[in-house]
Amino acid sequence: MRKIKEFIIEKLILLCGVASIIFVVLILLFLLNEGLSLFKDIGPYEFVSGKKWYPISEPPQLGILPLICGSLLVTLGAAIISIPIGVACAVYIAEVAPSWIKDILKAGIELLAAIPSVVLGFIGMVTLSPLIKSVFNLPTGLTALSGSIMLAFMAMPTIVSIAEDALYAVPKSYKEGAFALGATHWQTIWRVILPAASPGILAAVMLGIGRVIGETMAVMMITGNAAKIPDGFLQPVRTLTATIAAEMGEAVVGSEHYFALFAIGLILFIISFIINLTADLFLHRKERR
Amino acid sequence: MYKKIFFMAIVFGMALYAGCGRGSDNSGGFASNPGSAFSGSLQVKGSDTMVNLGQAWAEAFMKKHPEAGIAVTGGGSGTGISSLISNTCDICMSSRNIKEKEISLANQKGVSPQEIKVAMDGLAVIVHPKNPVTNLTIDQLAGIFTGRITNWKDVGGNNAAIVVLSREVNSGTHVYFKEHVLRKGDPNSKEEFEPGALLLSSSQAIADEIAGNQNAIGYYGMGYISEKQKPVHVSKDEKSEYVAPAIENVINGKYPISRPLLLYVNGQPGGLVKEFIDFALSKEGQDIVLKTDFVPVLPNEEKK
Repeated sequence: MRKIKEFIIEKLILLCGVASIIFVVLILLFLLNEGLSLFKDIGPYEFVSGKKWYPISEPPQLGILPLICGSLLVTLGAAIISIPIGVACAVYIAEVAPSWIKDILKAGIELLAAIPSVVLGFIGMVTLSPLIKSVFNLPTGLTALSGSIMLAFMAMPTIVSIAEDALYAVPKSYKEGAFALGATHWQTIWRVILPAASPGILAAVMLGIGRVIGETMAVMMITGNAAKIPDGFLQPVRTLTATIAAEMGEAVVGSEHYFALFAIGLILFIISFIINLTADLFLHRKERR
Repeated sequence: MYKKIFFMAIVFGMALYAGCGRGSDNSGGFASNPGSAFSGSLQVKGSDTMVNLGQAWAEAFMKKHPEAGIAVTGGGSGTGISSLISNTCDICMSSRNIKEKEISLANQKGVSPQEIKVAMDGLAVIVHPKNPVTNLTIDQLAGIFTGRITNWKDVGGNNAAIVVLSREVNSGTHVYFKEHVLRKGDPNSKEEFEPGALLLSSSQAIADEIAGNQNAIGYYGMGYISEKQKPVHVSKDEKSEYVAPAIENVINGKYPISRPLLLYVNGQPGGLVKEFIDFALSKEGQDIVLKTDFVPVLPNEEKK
């Protein structure tokens, strides 16, 4: 009886395990099938380097360079803001903070991760964008900078929790050795613990960036969605994800526009695949040591 | 571990729900039409502009005929037309005319869309109440929205950059504004919104941004005008009268940017579909149109 039960459970779990792989493969195949159909009509180079995005005109102009620039700019901004704060926060939690502060901080960061992105976007729309408008004296507050700041909030929990794990994983003997040689606490952190944990911290950063580049709702609400190549952080931008979300309802199934949205999806998939792969490489390099 | 199980359960539940939803969509409407003309269910789908109107009609209709079930959903005119083509809705609401391409796609699938005009909507061009500009011609509007005019002082306002707001491309309002203001109804025109125009995802978002930005200009259906925005008076050209977007000006045809609100059905309407459309065009239905801040269709146009 017990054996049968065990057998069934084992197979069920196996099925679940395999299912996720099957789903990923099916999604990838579907994405490839729909996305690549676009390139019958226009060349891949033209698609990626075109500067005009007018998908519903006749004939449609499908150039996603402004969208790629928009996504990269917002992500870069979010990285510049969230990486130093996130890593510093992880160091403080792992090395400096007394345990009661540590508990409060960790709970706070988990709470930050639990805020739905649409809520963050809404808050950003009503508080942050008017602020940015008046501080920089801009014609509009819906800019790449607003998006970057909001996305930095979203990347922070990922970066802090993974970087903190990496810092904990540094063997205690390193720290003790550094203290024994007469190093101060700061010297130990800066010269010994951070370098030792660097692969894990890099992985944390990469995963945080992966989260940012795939984020949709908040950026759609606060970046203004103008499909123009931006020349600075204080301009409206349109990201790849926001384009898919905003336009999928309108695209006629089987039209060039529809295929173009899937091709954008394919490009996003490739970008996040590369980011996750890089993160994985760093993590495994750490294990091999 | 528990977190993962919980998450998986949610994903499965959602997939299941989506699957079932699709199934009942397909079987609803045409297939089930036994008994009286009022029993059965209808799927009405399409334009976000018309969702409130459609909902108001559905509620009034169901109050009169409790045996009928009418579901109204939005998503945009394009979404509605796509679902009419794929036969997942019975009536499609649209704030723009169906495109040639969509008709041929529909014919391929054995669907022949029929157009019924049920109301009119005036598109208001709006600015911040403190903006001194009150009158604009269609030419000036086209200049502003295509990016040829970039400073308010060129149209008689302050020396400040113009912030152009537009709806997203899934909006029938966006398409109508492009075709009738930017391109002035000329099908060969290649005018486009300037690439720097901010595309916002709802009429309410445009209303909010205008309310907080003295240099912004945007457009939406008349129903959204409030004290926090100032509608611009529009004229066809410099010699014509500048007209405010108001219900009487849309009815008498003086206001230059007004558009029809349409329903599309597959083939000649019959049964519940016909009853619903007749109701929408009746005196009672047109009163609801007025109540939801749209403009009723003229009696002589109703007969067309």
